Amino acid sequence: MSTVIEMPKLSDTMSVGTVVKWYKSVGETVANGDILAEIETDKATMELENFDDGVLLKLLASEGDEVEIGKPLAVIGEDGEDVSGFEVTPQEPPAQQVSTQATKEPADDSVPSDQETVEVAPPEVTTERAHTGRIFASPLARKIARERNIDLSVIQGSGPNGRIIKKDVVSLSEPSPPKPSSTEITTAKTHTSESPVGRSVPVSKMRSVIARRLLESKTTIPHFYLQKEINSEPIGLARKAINETLAQDSSALSKVSINDLILLACAKTILRVPEINSSWSESEITYHGNVHLAFGVAVDDGLVTPVIRNAETLDLRSISESAKSLITKSRSKKLTPDEMSGSTFTVTNLGMFGIDFFSGIINPPNAAILSVGASIAKPIVDKNGTVRPGETMTLGLSCDHRLVDGAIGAQFLASLGSLLENPASLLVL
Amino acid sequence: MAEITYRDALNQALSEEISRDPNVVLMGEEVAQFKGSYKVSEGLLEKFGPDKIIDTPISEAAFSGLAVGAAMMGMRPVVEFMFWSFCYVAFDQIFNNAANVRYMSGGLINVPIVFRGPANGGTNVGATHSHTPENFAANTPGLKVICPSTPADAKGMMKAAIRDNDPVCVMENTILYNLKGEVPDDEDFIIPLGKARLACEGTDLSIIAHGRSVQVALQVAETLSEKHNVSVEVLDLRSIRPLDLEAILQTVRKTNRVLLVEENKPFCGVDAQIAYLIQEQAFDHLDAPIKRVSAIDVPQAYSKALESFQIPNHDRVLAKALELI
Repeated sequence: MSTVIEMPKLSDTMSVGTVVKWYKSVGETVANGDILAEIETDKATMELENFDDGVLLKLLASEGDEVEIGKPLAVIGEDGEDVSGFEVTPQEPPAQQVSTQATKEPADDSVPSDQETVEVAPPEVTTERAHTGRIFASPLARKIARERNIDLSVIQGSGPNGRIIKKDVVSLSEPSPPKPSSTEITTAKTHTSESPVGRSVPVSKMRSVIARRLLESKTTIPHFYLQKEINSEPIGLARKAINETLAQDSSALSKVSINDLILLACAKTILRVPEINSSWSESEITYHGNVHLAFGVAVDDGLVTPVIRNAETLDLRSISESAKSLITKSRSKKLTPDEMSGSTFTVTNLGMFGIDFFSGIINPPNAAILSVGASIAKPIVDKNGTVRPGETMTLGLSCDHRLVDGAIGAQFLASLGSLLENPASLLVL
Repeated sequence: MAEITYRDALNQALSEEISRDPNVVLMGEEVAQFKGSYKVSEGLLEKFGPDKIIDTPISEAAFSGLAVGAAMMGMRPVVEFMFWSFCYVAFDQIFNNAANVRYMSGGLINVPIVFRGPANGGTNVGATHSHTPENFAANTPGLKVICPSTPADAKGMMKAAIRDNDPVCVMENTILYNLKGEVPDDEDFIIPLGKARLACEGTDLSIIAHGRSVQVALQVAETLSEKHNVSVEVLDLRSIRPLDLEAILQTVRKTNRVLLVEENKPFCGVDAQIAYLIQEQAFDHLDAPIKRVSAIDVPQAYSKALESFQIPNHDRVLAKALELI
């Protein structure tokens, strides 16, 4: 009896996955635990593990193909079994990938005949379809989305079972840019000069997720913003001293960054002001028992926010090593969904780009986000009242006013500032 | 315009049409001397005599067949069933003969007949007296089916039915007989068959109903407006066949949400067909699945308490409406 391997749901927000590479080929014997393929989701590239013993009889998707959750990828069975009933999953033209899926599907299960070829023979596969990968939207919502060129996959439905209804679509008054016509694509391809070329590109999965989450955050969370300029000389000196020590230790991996010190200081400050480490839901407020620190990492075409777990229990070296490992994984798209979820506080840093000050958008379900600017040389007034050359850094804190009041936010930022201005005190916390 | 009961409105329609056309006669069990089981024909025997107002034996098959034959010969009989539930003993006469003669005769013979009487539950008369066969009748090509819900409609549509050249089944309701409303005195007040009526206008939800369910829908619309700030449009179908599909589609396009309410049993009920037509012709206008409230799908309860829950009541319709918004 053959088994159909289907595209698994590898992240909460995934609707389709792309086969990056097949590790096994047709005819090969496979066993439970073997890695069959590498699958790229909206968040990361992950390994597809096999749970069946047998022979790989047929591949139903090629490398580079996008396959919806629940759609067949491969067939495993006994050598010589007939697999002619399994058809290769057809591909949508890439330029239309997301919007086609969002708008063209019929709303009920009585699919027209041209879609039936997608399905494979065993009935258990077809019964899975309704529960996976589909975007649930009312017929009216689909029609409006089609007319206004809105991608339903970026909309959070407010109807029953998360169904997207008219008001969800209408509230997105800004229609997304039109899809490129075939002539535009041709023009763009033949254009060889360096001048900018107007073009439209399909929204990537990552951008969809970023758009949805940040839109939800900025439109549903009552943000307020605090800022504090601190003397950044002490933290700079501390980092220099620490790295000089580390340089003499051959077992040390590498240097610590200012950001590592800030992450450590945040974890320690949260222990003093635990209200910052909370989440809102309509009926209750959750105060988290641990500090799971997320930090923003810019990657091609977007950003990700990997999470350092239980940061309050970690020392500077562990935080620094975790951060470096997560940054490497982020850039190679190897982060697992686990490493990207469950944060309780987020730090975002644009200091390396020379930005003096900014205010981030809260990363739900966090209560606040710390925005770190660059260390900038400027005249400062020291404790003796003398003006002298110094360095300052401006910290921004964006808070969810449902959870954090001004005084609490101010207390957090003041404590954090004081720790960073007196880094030695990090030793006693 | 006078305010009169649904019963008197029917009486006026019969009286006016018998006066107007010498071919119109009323026949049925106890329509003459007893003035009708529900007193719809009160005063008509005195006014028109036993040639026009004819008491029949307890034999629906015989007098329905007699009336179909008379209609084929050019008369315009109005046949009263004490309950529409009793039409089942005259099934062949109504559903085979009356419905098909025009077609079978190649259009040479038409059958201008009206079958009328109450078709409703809610009065504690048991399973065999509480049928609502508008779906059976509407399922038969050749028959017209109407379910007036107000006194004015009862008069205007009854007159239209009598003047119609094909068989028309008029499904009345014993609970509506005492309902009062403004009814025009005009002898030519005719409500054309196949025209639905917007019973109230709204923007958030359409309740489509026929017969007494329209009155229930209006009460629910009031509750939704007062307590839930929901604006409900109520469409009274009035006529099941011909069906005013355009009016249905218009309200669906307006509110995008539909609740169908009827006293019919749900399986193959009238609203099953309406739900089909809406999804077929207004699919892209639906923002939610179509929902229905029908009679609960068991033989009519004799227990008054059970029956009042079995047929669509205010609370059941309200609960279903709240699921939709």
